[in-house]
Amino acid sequence: MTALDTPPSTNVGVTKLRKEDAHLVTGRTTWTDNITLTGMLHVALVRSPMAHAKVTNVDVSAALEQPGVVAAFSGADLADNWAGGLPCAWPVTPDMKSPTHLPLATDEVRYVGDAVAVVVARTRYQAADATEHVVVDYEPLPAVVDMEAALADGSPLADTSLDSNKSFTWQKIDGEIDDAFDGAAHVTTRRFINQRLIPTAIEPRSVVCAPPRETRETTLWSATQVPHILRLMLALTCGVPEHELRVVAPDVGGGFGSKLNVYAEEAICLVLARKLGKPVKWTETRSEGYQATIHGRDQIQDVSLAFNEDHTIRGMKVELHADMGAYLQLVTPGVPILGAFMYNAIYKMDALSFTCHGVFTNKTPTDAYRGAGRPEATYAIERLIDEAANELGVEPFELREKNWIKHEEFPYMTVAGIEYDSGNYEAATAKAKEIFGYDELRAEQAQRRDSGDPVQLGIGISTFTEMCGLAPSRVLGSLSYGAGGWEHASVRMLPSGKVEVITGTSPHGQGHVTSWSQIAADALGVPYEDVEVRHGDTNVAHKGMDTYGSRSLVVGGYAVQVACDKVVAKAKKVAAHLLEAAEDDIEFSGGTFSVSGSPDANTSIQDISLAVFAAHDYPEDMEPSLDSDATVDPENFSYPHGTHLCATEVDTETGRVTIRSYVAVDDVGKVINPQIVEGQVHGGLAQGIAQALYEEAVYDAEGNLTTGSLLDYYVPSAADLPHFTTDRTETPATSNPLGVKGVGEAGTIASTPAVINAVVDALRHLGVNDMPMPASPRNVWEALQAASNGGAA
Amino acid sequence: MIPATFDYIRAGSVEEAVSALTEHGDEAKLLAGGHSLLPLMKLRLAAPEVLIDLGRVDALRGVCELDDGRLSIGAMTPHQDVIDNDLVAQHCGVLADVTRQVGDAQVRHRGTIGGALAHGDAASDLPAALLALDGTVVVQGPSGQREIGAADLFVDYLMTSINDDEVITEVRVPKLDGSWGWNYQKFGRVAQAWAIVGSLGLVKRSNGNVEEVRVGLTHMGTVPLRATAVEQALAGAAIDGIADAAEHAAEGTSAPTDLNATTEFREHLARVLTKRALTAAAG
Repeated sequence: MTALDTPPSTNVGVTKLRKEDAHLVTGRTTWTDNITLTGMLHVALVRSPMAHAKVTNVDVSAALEQPGVVAAFSGADLADNWAGGLPCAWPVTPDMKSPTHLPLATDEVRYVGDAVAVVVARTRYQAADATEHVVVDYEPLPAVVDMEAALADGSPLADTSLDSNKSFTWQKIDGEIDDAFDGAAHVTTRRFINQRLIPTAIEPRSVVCAPPRETRETTLWSATQVPHILRLMLALTCGVPEHELRVVAPDVGGGFGSKLNVYAEEAICLVLARKLGKPVKWTETRSEGYQATIHGRDQIQDVSLAFNEDHTIRGMKVELHADMGAYLQLVTPGVPILGAFMYNAIYKMDALSFTCHGVFTNKTPTDAYRGAGRPEATYAIERLIDEAANELGVEPFELREKNWIKHEEFPYMTVAGIEYDSGNYEAATAKAKEIFGYDELRAEQAQRRDSGDPVQLGIGISTFTEMCGLAPSRVLGSLSYGAGGWEHASVRMLPSGKVEVITGTSPHGQGHVTSWSQIAADALGVPYEDVEVRHGDTNVAHKGMDTYGSRSLVVGGYAVQVACDKVVAKAKKVAAHLLEAAEDDIEFSGGTFSVSGSPDANTSIQDISLAVFAAHDYPEDMEPSLDSDATVDPENFSYPHGTHLCATEVDTETGRVTIRSYVAVDDVGKVINPQIVEGQVHGGLAQGIAQALYEEAVYDAEGNLTTGSLLDYYVPSAADLPHFTTDRTETPATSNPLGVKGVGEAGTIASTPAVINAVVDALRHLGVNDMPMPASPRNVWEALQAASNGGAA
Repeated sequence: MIPATFDYIRAGSVEEAVSALTEHGDEAKLLAGGHSLLPLMKLRLAAPEVLIDLGRVDALRGVCELDDGRLSIGAMTPHQDVIDNDLVAQHCGVLADVTRQVGDAQVRHRGTIGGALAHGDAASDLPAALLALDGTVVVQGPSGQREIGAADLFVDYLMTSINDDEVITEVRVPKLDGSWGWNYQKFGRVAQAWAIVGSLGLVKRSNGNVEEVRVGLTHMGTVPLRATAVEQALAGAAIDGIADAAEHAAEGTSAPTDLNATTEFREHLARVLTKRALTAAAG
């Protein structure tokens, strides 16, 4: 093989079928619940049926008499086993209140689903049956359900150990905000409700823990996105030395942030396995998960935009109430704070004030859910821009174009103080409008309005950006986040020329094995099939920051590239030595090292790998190894953007919203695997549309989750979603050598406002200017009723 | 989703099922397709001590013509078999069309017509269809068989007039001649959800007029209902009277309020969907 036979990039940028899929679609999976260990016992939890109560007594004695039951413990029984409470790694303010969160409650339960006791039995069924024999005495306390009422004087407390329901107020003011509003020619003000959502990954959470046997090592398998973070946090929570704890994330089926956490059940299984000396397993049921796995969103957004006479934006005010739920989980308080940098979005303005109140209620804790803070911000600004355009009497695109950052203005320091490195909003918008047939649809809309068609047409726009690729450790530190955002990769060159890539990211559906193979294959010039990617086991990938925030490719893929570059640099040294040439004269292309000007003098990276293994002849100033590690910490976030257009048909008689067409033009920079990117966009759109039209977690006044199962919580399926037309523009990121931006969350962030803007646009002429989410038939019909009764909807 | 412990009896015949029911009384439940019962058991909302499985009683499957001119559908006939059956297609296509909208593909292949009717859920599709068709079910108990008309079958929320020791063996529906048209408007949140409201319109056309009309309503009360005021207003009337007649669709209903709809919205939907169903049925 000579260099000329193989172009330098044969894998990156090309759709490769996913290496992961053969075993996933044929059922040869290692979901945590598929793991069975000899002598394994099964864990079931007794959960509070009350949103808020004193626990006056827990009696497990009758449960211990049940068939197959091996052990049963109350919260008090296990209280001495915790070295600390479950962690919150993001103390957003110095005075933030964070109640102690023990894995098993002892004297007070704070939401329906808070665990109070645990039963261990020989089978899962025996454990579930025995929980009904644990007697818990509750003394009911008032439930705090409504965020704003919770902050009123005299409100009952969600946690009796606190003196108020406010966890924190976080504020950031950039520019002269008062001047911006005092001198404004026009101000548009709205309140939006970003409803509570339930993540609903297909694979339920599951934990297996094996106690030490021949070594001191305890092994914990969990359906988690964050095996590395989990290892450290469980070591701290349970008082287990970190080096004696191995955490494995085997096949993991979806997360969307819900598995970016440190959960009570993980700590409980770890303690039980060590206490009982037996392996234990716990797997949530779907309705149990709906109570005890984190929820997302749940913010009240009061937002205002101030305009000049010429419709340029002067400034923006944002005041949020963010529902923390009953406890602060791993990054609960940080989620709304991420929005602080995103409300200004793609628009230029001189002032931005952002205030967020974190509020405790007696509900399931909230935490990161696909997009985490950015979907909320994007929804508010993209809805508000449409409302402002309506009030100012201009086309919504015209108002956007007047205010967005022009492509020649990048890099651009935003009012929020972060630098957007690249972008081209004009290009994405032009492409989206053309594919969508924007002008034709506007004409049809006018026609339907004129004819009084019961089915009205609406067009929704979302020109979004987001910040992802959570990396710059210094920036995360400045936001009081408890860890860095670097990522690690190792490359091991095997004697046969095959390659092992070890990544600190932890995939749960994203296809890292495929994409990282593509990066490594091109960087090393080896066949794609010769690369294996290992991940998710702290004994194998000893170091990592795991997967969330659309960071894996931007940071983890970058680390793979750098580790590969280091391998090539070492191999080049060996090649020069073996080919008896100066290192500067060695050229590397397509896996072949050759001497400049003498292409016949060459050797392959595989031959060098074998030579280094034999170690009979290698340069004196190096170790006999090509293996390399890289830990990278990009200096900036990445900023994907795009223009999404949605056409909805709204049946004014029934309130039914049907998406007729949806065009998503995303700019995620350079693309490693187009099909994986498209898949991420499709899934993201489905989740964003789900928030717009279908999903809402509803609590009653007593704090019971009314939408407690898939019977009442409407997750749309393919049958409910339209055909998506996706396309891309490509403006490379400058903060990493691959030029990539994240794509995991973009579709979700962009699509919710696109859909709601389309619904409002369809009904605007009927007096509808607002639409609560989800835009269910009931909500649409009631908005129409209110409008036709003369009130502004 | 872990059900409580139960015993399992596989019935080899209707007689064996009846005798097991007699023995275990209200501690027993019949297992047909299981698509309503098993979810309730997994949520521990139902905890029968004994399940009597009818799955191997082959005599309860299939469709035949009765001497009196009606069709008989075995109670354990899966929904998909009803949809695919030639006799149903030829003589009572409305039943196939409604059944096609039951649940999802998995439910339609496992769930049965008899099971769906015995469950008696006013939010499911087949009870209102049987009512609109003036169909019947044949039940067998210790003292023999009896036939129950749809109007007498559904008593209250998830409650039928079938006794604890009786098994549905057949569902009987009339044959409809070619002058009948029909349309079922099922209105739900997502593709596989129960109807918020459903309206089944059946129209017998005669020289541009409506000779006879039947309207079955889903989820407008604790039991499936007929929109009798619409039927009366439209009988013998011209087809262009449908819109006015449909305004009566919510009369006599007692629609529930839940997250998906208030009573008021359900009543509104009943009117709109009945108008649409009858218009399509008459077209």
